[in-house]
Amino acid sequence: MTLAEYRRTEDHAGHETDAGGRPHPGPAEYLRIGLALAVITSIEVGIYYLDISERLLIACLLVLSAIKFSLVVAWFMHLRFDNRLFTVMMVGGLTLAFVLFMVVLAALHAGLT
Amino acid sequence: MMWLFLASECLFFGGLIAGYLLYRGRSVTGPYPKDVYDIPFTSVSSFILIISSVCMVLALAAIQRGDERGMRVWLFATAALGITFLSGQAYEFTEFYREGLTMKTNLFGTTFFLLTGFHGAHVTVGVLILMSLFVMSLRGRITQEKSLNVELAGLYWHFVDVVWIVIFTLVYLIQQ
Repeated sequence: MTLAEYRRTEDHAGHETDAGGRPHPGPAEYLRIGLALAVITSIEVGIYYLDISERLLIACLLVLSAIKFSLVVAWFMHLRFDNRLFTVMMVGGLTLAFVLFMVVLAALHAGLT
Repeated sequence: MMWLFLASECLFFGGLIAGYLLYRGRSVTGPYPKDVYDIPFTSVSSFILIISSVCMVLALAAIQRGDERGMRVWLFATAALGITFLSGQAYEFTEFYREGLTMKTNLFGTTFFLLTGFHGAHVTVGVLILMSLFVMSLRGRITQEKSLNVELAGLYWHFVDVVWIVIFTLVYLIQQ
């Protein structure tokens, strides 16, 4: 199903849906997600100033960043509600980026750069 | 097509972020990240970009229910917040320059300005797209039936936001 086809499947209350009929969230839910993102960012900044071990700091920051990333991609970019093909494309891009990082890291350690 | 484009953008920014991380801590001369970063200021910039994403998704929700005026208000707010973010980035770059950090100073300067500069360029393109949509809407060319245009612009804008989420954590908060 193309994005154009998917767009034609409108649900009640004007919210768009995918072929499976899952409606997109309404403004109230978007505001809740926005609030959650703001709170998580505040926690991130707060943790940055805490006097904790570097490993714990990095672990906490990475987990919080991953949660924020997932919230935006799933709700604001509608991957949670749309065709899974779009999720595959997004994850594919991220996977390729990670592979690229590992290849460059390996090359750096091998003294090739 | 849009998702394929975003997938390629993942690879593009993945390369830039990988470059920054791989050369982190290898600068032999200062200034170093801890000398120049202003975390409270950058945190405000992050909040601004998050709020802009909320405004963007509210613009989409508005046009999907046929509320063209509501869409224009939220589109304008999104673009204004994007311009505020860019102004903050310009101020930050200027401060770094005054403290002696340029692209040529050290590895940190090269990789930092390359990564955040390209992100800023993407935000600039996003603001131009949003302003174009706003003008088109004033001329009556963005209706409920054509809400796909707003959705595609939104996907691009949210992608720019998620890239910043990664940059804020890996570049600013996790220092070495």
